[in-house]
Order: sequence, then structure tokens, then C-alpha cells
Amino acid sequence: MDYFIELFLSGLTRGSIYALIALGYTMVYGIIGLINFAHGEIYMIGAFTSFIVATVLSIYGFPLAAIVVVAGVAAAIWSSAYGYTVEKIAYKPLRHAPRLAPLISAIGMSILLQNYVLLAQTSDFLPFPALIPEFAFMEPVAHIIGSSDLVILLTTTVVMLALTLLIKFTRIGKAMRATAQDRTMALLVGINVDRVISATFILGSALAAIGGLLIASHIGQINFAIGFIAGIKAFTAAVLGGIGSIPGAVLGSLVLGLTESFATGYVSSDYEDVFAFSLLVLILIFKPSGLLGKAEAKKV
Amino acid sequence: MMNKRMNKPILDVSGLTMDFGGIRALDHLDFDVQDKEIVALIGPNGAGKTTLFNCLTGIYRPSSGDIQLVCPETGEQTRLNDLKPNKITEKGMARTFQNIRLFSRMTVLENVMIGRHCRTRSLILGAILRDRRTREEEQETVNKSYEILEKIGLAGQVNEFAGNLSYGAQRRLEIGRALATEPFLLLLDEPAAGMNPQETAVLVALIRQIRDEGHAILLIEHDMKLVMTLSDRIVVMDYGEKIAQGTPAQIRTNREVIKAYLGEDVG
Amino acid sequence: MITVKGVTPIDGISAFRRLFSCKKNKKIICKALKRSLLVSLWFVFLTFPIMVIKVNPVERTVSWRWGNIFYVAIGSFVISLLAKAWLVRKERLAARQQAAACPARDSIIHDLLQRPGYRYPLIILFSGVALVFPHLFSTYQANIMTTALMYIVLGLGLNIVVGVAGLLDLGYVAFYAIGAYSYALLNLHFHLGFWAALPIGGLLAALFGVLLGFPVLRLRGDYLAIVTLGFGEIIRLILENWNAFSKGPSGISNIPRPGFFGVEMSLDQAMIYMYYLMIGLVILTIFVVNRLQHSRLGRAWLALREDEIACQAMGIDKTRIKLTAFALGAFWAGLIGVIFAAKTTFVNPASFTFMESAIILAIVVLGGMGSIVGVILGALILILLPEYLRALSEYRMLAFGAILVAMMIFKPEGLIAGVRRTYCFQGRKNAAALQDDE
Ligand SMILES: Nc1ncnc2c1ncn2[C@@H]1O[C@H](COP(=O)(O)OP(=O)(O)OP(=O)(O)O)[C@@H](O)[C@H]1O
Ligand SMILES: [Mg+2]
Repeated sequence: MDYFIELFLSGLTRGSIYALIALGYTMVYGIIGLINFAHGEIYMIGAFTSFIVATVLSIYGFPLAAIVVVAGVAAAIWSSAYGYTVEKIAYKPLRHAPRLAPLISAIGMSILLQNYVLLAQTSDFLPFPALIPEFAFMEPVAHIIGSSDLVILLTTTVVMLALTLLIKFTRIGKAMRATAQDRTMALLVGINVDRVISATFILGSALAAIGGLLIASHIGQINFAIGFIAGIKAFTAAVLGGIGSIPGAVLGSLVLGLTESFATGYVSSDYEDVFAFSLLVLILIFKPSGLLGKAEAKKV
Repeated sequence: MMNKRMNKPILDVSGLTMDFGGIRALDHLDFDVQDKEIVALIGPNGAGKTTLFNCLTGIYRPSSGDIQLVCPETGEQTRLNDLKPNKITEKGMARTFQNIRLFSRMTVLENVMIGRHCRTRSLILGAILRDRRTREEEQETVNKSYEILEKIGLAGQVNEFAGNLSYGAQRRLEIGRALATEPFLLLLDEPAAGMNPQETAVLVALIRQIRDEGHAILLIEHDMKLVMTLSDRIVVMDYGEKIAQGTPAQIRTNREVIKAYLGEDVG
Repeated sequence: MITVKGVTPIDGISAFRRLFSCKKNKKIICKALKRSLLVSLWFVFLTFPIMVIKVNPVERTVSWRWGNIFYVAIGSFVISLLAKAWLVRKERLAARQQAAACPARDSIIHDLLQRPGYRYPLIILFSGVALVFPHLFSTYQANIMTTALMYIVLGLGLNIVVGVAGLLDLGYVAFYAIGAYSYALLNLHFHLGFWAALPIGGLLAALFGVLLGFPVLRLRGDYLAIVTLGFGEIIRLILENWNAFSKGPSGISNIPRPGFFGVEMSLDQAMIYMYYLMIGLVILTIFVVNRLQHSRLGRAWLALREDEIACQAMGIDKTRIKLTAFALGAFWAGLIGVIFAAKTTFVNPASFTFMESAIILAIVVLGGMGSIVGVILGALILILLPEYLRALSEYRMLAFGAILVAMMIFKPEGLIAGVRRTYCFQGRKNAAALQDDE
């Protein structure tokens, strides 16, 4: 039973990190209908930025709390800046191009960013500093759930709540929803669509950066290529939930996290990534609208 | 409908309904088209005319109802409801699109040649080996397409990219492309939209000629003058329902129609 | 006095003055300079943590590479200016073209190829160079050229799928892997020779193309891209993990090179033989792909790329046409897979990563989607350049990514746009005379 609970909780942890990345995919897709291939790389850059900042600070002897806060903020700022820039360079000029064009451009961006980090930093796996301490009060349940799992779960819950509030009640949130529903109409009623799109990229990138920080400190090492697999998995989660739908992205991520956790725990860990890919292929083939998405009939 | 023809209709629609989520775009629609007849489909914006075309041609799957197509030559009857668009075209019903959907980076001739696709057979091996049969077929495709281009007055622009044509020419090319599939029933969605009076006059002559060559035509049009001069029968739709049908003379004086079109010039 | 290509510095300066003397130009240039300055500042900020700081977490040292700021600033400033200049030029050209209503011109290469006076001499020249190449240069050079030729075929195969039919296939490398492993495994278990395995590899890949195609081809364009990507990764992961079947990550070695009527060959001779084999295969591929493109099938692919719904409404069976495109694309990848296995005498899953698919995609995109000449040029540039400019090879993948983005933004039709076949008609209803194919 303990094993089951352990797997369940680790699945939830995994899933909630996927959710942080999946939200970026789903929000961008909802607004401009593009699969932002480079999103996994934004997450990787978030992880790298927090790695660099945290390591520098720890070398200069800053206290842990300060390191965590500064690394988190720096990761969010720089990831957002990258997300914003990628949109401006690679997607904005292609808003009215044939559908294939922004997709190819996105793939190009993804390869570009990966190799940029590879060349500017290193191809080695780097040990990520442990930013989350083992809490004393967690001692009795430590064999089931680690402190970092707890922190991850709490952080993601808080972030999700904040995001929901932001989208429901703020001006920019309302503008986002309007733009997602009908871009032309939003433009006509005076919404600055360019700004909304930028805001979406910034927000999604910041979430991915937080995910990057959390997962890197959870797993304990990073590398320039982590964005690819994480990106695919988060995308799988977003599609599973119904791409374009925010609750869908969260639900899909949790389902994917749990499935992976149980599958690796009870079946075999060799094929961990094959599970995710197969799941992706199967959903897209049999239920491309996902769990919470609506099937749409294209207007002709 | 005084002189209702005795022959069987080539298109028979009954109880056709189409729902989009909560919106009922077509509501138990019944109508038919006879062989070699020009039927006009009119109605205010959003009445569901294009949706009807999309249901007929298999692009949407209707929620309920029945669509039957009868080939006038063989008498073969087909239920169209669950067929794919390409099968329906093969059966002998072709269409144009309201918002022009030409293959804009292909040449004018190639656009029409695409229409011949379902009437030709050669495949991979034929393409690679270019045997005599393939060459003959290809030649025939080119010749027939060229003939059609002459008919629609675009023979001078065979090698032009379709996207570079003028608006009116693009609309005519859409008709030509549909004709190349050898349909016995041609569906035209607002063929005169955006045309100037001269272009419209040419179009009217073209549609007559097509009918005289033995095709039946079902057309959606907002230009009432064109509708009244051209059509044998008119079906009027509003909010997805058929509100009237009859000859131009009958429709002209129909109260329901005038109400639906309130403010519009019904000629 | 120093002169560059016959232009004296004075000329340059006066040209510069003239450029500035026009008020409108001056304004545009000032604005562009200002903008580029801002862009470069932004990039300095953006790249600061990753370009400047490098930490060594084990020795706990930090190196601050301040020099990089300088490179980033200059680089982004220049690129931003060039991009702006390109856009302005493009706008002006478009405006002028509209005013003069002159038709867009074909690229020079097509122009040359279409004129019989140039076409045949050019082809003869190329074939001559290709034939004597291994004897003019070293075997090593021939070997590199063989690789480039392989990528030409891969590019032409993917071009059918992506360039002509408009289906973004990101798992193309899977078919390449299937070809390579089918030779490796058939040889390992049944001692099948190269020549027997070659068609089997191609057909097997095509078969997989059809099997994969059936479920996924009704998906929308972007989902198709992802599913094919997933499929490619699944194949690679299976090859990596299913030890009993594929010998896992260590791969299969000692795969025989292609035989030539049982003649014993030295390594050098084998390589040169491989080179000629690839020349033959490239010619075959060009011939077949060209004929396919200019056939009933090829037209249908193009139409599919242009507008799927209209295509269906014109009576084209979308699924079937997509399947043939997929299978025919996969076929070439399978063939080259077999050749790859024979050339390196060793296969392992690491050769078949997503990056391989991305390289082939970059070839197609750079050369010009749908254009045979373009794809050939694209493959030669992208494969040979990093080989000869060793200093660049480190930046190879970076450049490929940048190429994908830049081509989409600045020149989506590629270096050499595909041409459409033209016809001329004499008299009313006479036979149509065809002009030459590409
Ligand atoms: N794919 C779809 N999803 C949802 N609603 C749709 C779809 N297609 C059509 N509709 C709705 O169905 C109704 C009928 O639209 P349709 O395009 O058929 O009108 P129409 O008679 O052709 O109008 P017009 O004369 O302007 O072309 C409209 O309210 C439209 O919004
Ligand atoms: Mg309409």
C-alpha cells in the first residue's frame, strides 16, 4: 500500500510540473493556434538561468532562502524575456503566412535555442544545487513523500490558483479570453491583440521557468537537452486535456504524471518515454480534442 | 408549380437538419432539383445556404435527414449522407466556394486539370514509366481542360498563377474547375459576388450555356436580378428553414419572402 | 589608391552621401540605426546569464566572460540592420513590381536549365565533374561527397512529403532507421546481401509509411507534425531498449559493404564504388521524383498542399493521395538507410535522432519546398559547408535552426522556388506542346 501511495504522490509531483509547462502550450495555442515548439527550450533556459544564478549566489555564500527567491525570480524574468523575443522574431512576422510556416519556424527556434545553450555553456550534465531542504516535520512520512515533492505540490497549487484568478478577473486576463475566442472580434472591440499575445508568451514562459527550477532541483541535474523530452511530455499532457483549455492542461498533466509513475513503478522503467510518446500518438489519433476540449467543425 | 415535371428529381433532399452545438443552421429542409434545371437558393445572410451546400457535398455531416442523388443517365440512386466529399464529386455533383478556394500557387490550367483527377486513372507506375496509356490520358486531360478554359474565357491565361487572376476571373475559374469533374449537377455558391455588371452579364451567359449543355444548376445568389432572369425555380430560406419556393414570378409576390427580405429590393 | 572591385573609396563615399541626401532615406536609416541599437541592448540583457556567466559547480568557480557581451551587441546590431534593410528592399521591390505589373521571374538556375542552349552543356558539365571527382580529389573527399549525395536523396524524398504534398513529417528519420536496420538485421540473421536488402529496405520503409499513414493522415497539419515526431522517437527508443531484437544502444557492426559481382575491393575502392553507386541512385531519384511531380499524382499533391478542402471537393481521395506521398517519401529514406548501413558497416540508434530529421527538413526548406534543383543545392550547401569549414562545424546545428527560422521569415519559397510546368497551345484545339520539365 505504501508503495502505491508513494507512486501516486510521485505521479502527482511529476504531473504538477508537467502542468506548469503544459499551460504555456495550451495558452499560446488557445490564442494564436500555434504549437510553440520552442516552449520546451524556454523551460530549459529557465532551468539553466536558475542553475547559474543559484550556483553563483551559493559560491558567494548567500543564504539559502535568498538563493531560492533570487534564482526563481531571475529564471522567470529571463524565460519570459526569451519567450517574448521568440514570439517577436519567429512567429509575429508569420501571423498571416500558410500554416506550415510558423510551425517550421518554431522547430527552427527550438533547435537554435538548444544549440545556443550547448555552445554557450556545456553539453555535460550539471549538478543542480539542492534548493529545497529536508524539512524536519516531514521525517515521519519521508519514505512516502519527500520534502521537495511537498514543495512542488504546494508551489504549483499556488501558481495555478494565481493564474486562474489572473485570467478570470484582471483586464489582461479578460483580454486573453476574448482574443482566444475570436481574434478579429477582439481587435474590433479595441483590444491590443499584439500585446495580449506578448503577455501570453510572457506568462507561459514564466510558468515554464518555475517548472524548470522545481524539476531541476527535484532531479538534481540539468543539461541543454532536457527541454525536448519535457516539452513533448507537457505537450502530450496539453493535448490529453484538450489543447486550448487551461483546466484541461492541468488535468491532462496529472493523468500523464500518474500514468507514467504507475507504469514505471509496476511495469518497467526502460520504456518510460515510450509510454508518453505512445499515449500522445494514441490520443491524437483517437481523440484529438482531448478530455476537456471541444471538437470543432471548421467553417468553410 | 404549374408545370411540375414528371421525371424523377436528380437531387432529392428531405428533412435535412444541421446542428452546430446549440445553433440549428438547417431545420428540416425539403427540396429537389430536376434534370437540366436552374434552381436558385436565396435567403438573407446567415440563412444557412452555404451550410446546405456543405452538407450536400459531404464537407459537413448532417445531423439528420436524407440526401439522394440520382444519375439522370443511368438512373443509379445514391444516398449521400455518409459519403466523403470526393465520392460525392465522383457521383456527379460538383461545387464552387463562396470564399474562393482556388489552388492559388498552381497555374490556371493545372487548376482545371485537378478537376479531371477523378475521371482519370494513372498512378505511380504510370507516372514514372510514362507509358502510352498515361501519355494519352495526360494529353486528353490537357485538351479537355483547355476546352473548358476556352469556354469560360480564360484560354489566354493558361500559364498564369490562379492567385494572380482578377476576382471575376477567379470565380469563373472555380466554375471551370468544377465543370472539369463532369458533373450533371453543379452547385454555385454566390458566383456573381464581387463582379461588376459587365462581368455579371458574361457570367449569366456562361451559366445558361452550361445548362444548355445538359447540366443542372443549383445556385446561391444575392443578386436578385440575376436570380430572377436565370432561374427556373427559386427556393427561399430563412433561419435554416425553407419559407417558400416557386417560379420567379411567384416568389416576387410572396409575402413571406418580402418579410424576410424587408428593405431589400426584390425587383 | 586602394580599389575594391573597381570601386574607389571616393565612389563609395559619394554613394553614401547620395543615400543620405534623400531626406526620406535619411529618416529611414536613422530610425533603423536607433532601432538596431535598442535591439542590440535588449540582446545583451537577454543573453547575459547564459553567454557571460559560466559556473563550475564542482570546483565552485565562476568565470565571467565579459567579452561575449561585445560579440552579442555587434552581432545583434548588424543582424537587425540587415533584416531591416532586407524588409525595406522587399517592400520596394513589391511596390515596383505592382506598378510595372511585370511577372515574377524564375530563378537564374531555372532560366538556364530551361534554355536548351544551356541546359545540355550544363548537364554534361555536371556529369563530367561528378564522374571524375573521386580521381581528381582524395578518397576522403569522395567519401564526404557520398554523404552529401545521400542527403540529396533523403532531401528529395522528404521533399515529396513536405515540399510537394505539404505534410510536415518530423519523423522522417524513422524510415531511414527502418532501412538501415532491415539491412543490418537481415544480414545478421539471414546473411542477406546488400543488393537483396536494398529494395527490401526501401519497400519495408514504404510499408511502414503506409501503416503509420493510415491512422495519422486525417489529422490536421500541426498534429501530424507532432505524431510523426512521436513515431520517430518511438522507433528510436524501441531500437535502443529492445536488446533482443536490435542489440540495443551498442548497435550492430560488421555489416558488409556492397558487393560488385564478388570482386574483392580495397577500402579505397569500396569507397569509390560507393560514390558511383550514389551518383547512380541520385540520378534515378531525380528522374523518378521529377516524373512524379509532373504527373496526375504530383498535381494532386500540390493541390492538397494548397487547399485540402477544395482538393477533396474536386474529387481527390485525400487519404489515398497522402498515403502515396508518405510511402513514396519513406521509400527513399529506406533505400538510403540500407546504403548508410553498408557505408558505415555499423548501425546504432544514436544515428537516428530527431536532429537528423531536422537536418533533412532544413535541406528542403533552404533549397525551396517543391523544387528539385533547390533541394540538391540545399543538401550540397548544408552538408558540404560544415565539412569544409571545420571551424563552422561546431555551429552546424545552430545554423540549421537559424536557417529554418530565417527562411520562413525572409524567403519562404527557398533559394530556388519550384517551377510549374507551362504549356503552349497552337490553334484552337490542337495538341498541347509541353515545354521542358524542371
Ligand atoms: N462550422 C460552423 N460552426 C458553427 N456555426 C456555423 C458553422 N458553419 C455555419 N455556421 C452558422 O450557421 C449559420 C448559417 O451560415 P451560412 O454560412 O450557411 O449562411 P449563408 O446563408 O451562406 O449566409 P451568406 O449569405 O452570408 O453566405 C450561421 O449562423 C453560421 O454562423
Ligand atoms: Mg454563404
